[in-house]
Amino acid sequence: MSAETLPAASLRSNAVPVTAGLALVLLLVMTWSVTIGRYDINMLDVWMILIHNIVPFADPPWTEVEANVVELIRLPRILAAVVIGAGLAVSGTALQGMFRNPLVDPGIIGVTSGAAFGGTLAILLVGGGYVALGSGFAIGLASLFVVRLLASMKGRTSVLTLVLAGVIVSAFFEAAISIIKLLSDPQEKLPAITYWLMGSIASTNYSDLLLLCLAVLPAMAVIYLLRFQLNILSLGEDKARALGSPIELVQWLVLIAVSVISAAVVATSGIVGWVGLVIPHVGRAIVGAEHRRLLPVSALLGAIYMLLVDDLARTLTTSEIPIGIITALIGVPVFAIILKRLQTSSGWTND
Amino acid sequence: MIELTNLGVSLSGTTILKGYSLKVAKGSVLAILGANGVGKTTLLHTVMGLRRPTEGAVRVDGKLGFVPQLFQAAFSYSVIDMVLMGRARRIGLFGSPSAVDYRVARDYLSRMGVLELENRAFNTLSGGQRQLVVIAQALCSECDVLVLDEPCSALDYKNQSIVMQSLKRLNSETGVTIVFTTHAPQHGLEVASEVLLMNGDGSYRHGPTEATLTAGHLTQLYGVPVDKAEFVGSSVFTFAPRFIEAS
Repeated sequence: MSAETLPAASLRSNAVPVTAGLALVLLLVMTWSVTIGRYDINMLDVWMILIHNIVPFADPPWTEVEANVVELIRLPRILAAVVIGAGLAVSGTALQGMFRNPLVDPGIIGVTSGAAFGGTLAILLVGGGYVALGSGFAIGLASLFVVRLLASMKGRTSVLTLVLAGVIVSAFFEAAISIIKLLSDPQEKLPAITYWLMGSIASTNYSDLLLLCLAVLPAMAVIYLLRFQLNILSLGEDKARALGSPIELVQWLVLIAVSVISAAVVATSGIVGWVGLVIPHVGRAIVGAEHRRLLPVSALLGAIYMLLVDDLARTLTTSEIPIGIITALIGVPVFAIILKRLQTSSGWTND
Repeated sequence: MIELTNLGVSLSGTTILKGYSLKVAKGSVLAILGANGVGKTTLLHTVMGLRRPTEGAVRVDGKLGFVPQLFQAAFSYSVIDMVLMGRARRIGLFGSPSAVDYRVARDYLSRMGVLELENRAFNTLSGGQRQLVVIAQALCSECDVLVLDEPCSALDYKNQSIVMQSLKRLNSETGVTIVFTTHAPQHGLEVASEVLLMNGDGSYRHGPTEATLTAGHLTQLYGVPVDKAEFVGSSVFTFAPRFIEAS
């Protein structure tokens, strides 16, 4: 049953239990994710290893290797997956609300490739880390600005021109990335850039995680604070302005927050597409489109989804599969289904 | 009160409105009629402040509430959530509706007679119901002037009657000033205290409904013969356009 046919009241009243339930599921999936991998560690040991940091046990039953696997290898990447998934899902939800279009996400409208170009440029010139984050953010934001400029005709942004502008800008930055690949040293930098672009959080350490959190969490908080404004903006620019919403300010805050999230994700883990496109739809089907209820649910769903994708990435084969490949393999068919469904449902106006 | 002083609006070099000077008193109901493309919506948008006048000035005493042409929301919100968005000015950039906002929203829903719809999905309502909800949303901003762009376009007779009755009742109960555009002279006759006829050549006619909304003026306005149709033994009359000339 879709969000359009469900009675709105039931969507509203189930928001609290759904959010709480998803938070619990996330916690369970996180703990379970720590246990899986080449070293078999059971759930109880995982909890004891973590609790040991706060209340030390006299005679720990686990080996030091197990503790290191849990704390230094698995935990940072699991937390990174949670932050990335939540951040991308919240970005997609905010952009879809703002552009009144259920088919946009940071990837479709060119931010991801802009940020990827910025990150690649930084890797070529200086290396990753904060420089890649800064450069990814600047170029990601610039590409969003260009897309908006290209897409709006006489103050109106149509769905078609928005997507086309995204395609144009993405194509440009992909070409620019190819030039960088061509210029980079084929022995050292080229493999690093290529593998990084495919998306991976395999080697995430605590300093990567810190960088990710410092960028993504405040940006998510800003988007959450704008939850009511997002509802208003989704009625259309003229309507929002007439209702007294400071729409330019809201739009810029959302665009900046989304660029920060995209840049941080790209800088730490390469291109992870389709999450921001697919997850908000699942969220809307569960709690409806109202952003106060939708944003937390999207964040939790995104985190759980990303975590499961990363679990697949590290367990499916003996070598790691880049997560960008898995999110695309799952995202594309789901996107196709959503596209077909939207054409027949009355919930979306094709303007 | 709304006051236009020598108002002119040009859009990308084309003059849409020129030399509009008129006053609409507090508590009035103004119906705006004119052919398609004559600039009715542009005039409303200029009054709303959504568009800047090229010349002259618009002065509005009090806050404005806007009801656009019948629309479908991009996402399916519940009716109460839709109405709450009318509180945008009071809620602020980072805020969220409080218990007071909910109370005000329900109050206006009940004033428009659609409180029982509060938990329905907005996009599943009939056209007339949707208009009443959007009017409640505009009222929720505690506006003094309600501006409606063709509130009855795409509505059947029953729904037109619901919307028009609600506007009339709202005006008499609360004294809110109402400005609306329409293609049906009947709406002006039954609800408006004054009428603005916008001609294609940029001229206009503004005055009390009875003196302004006449068969002759309508014929001139639309370029189609319009007769006044009176009923024997009744003071009620209507206008009858002739779309095809009898041969």
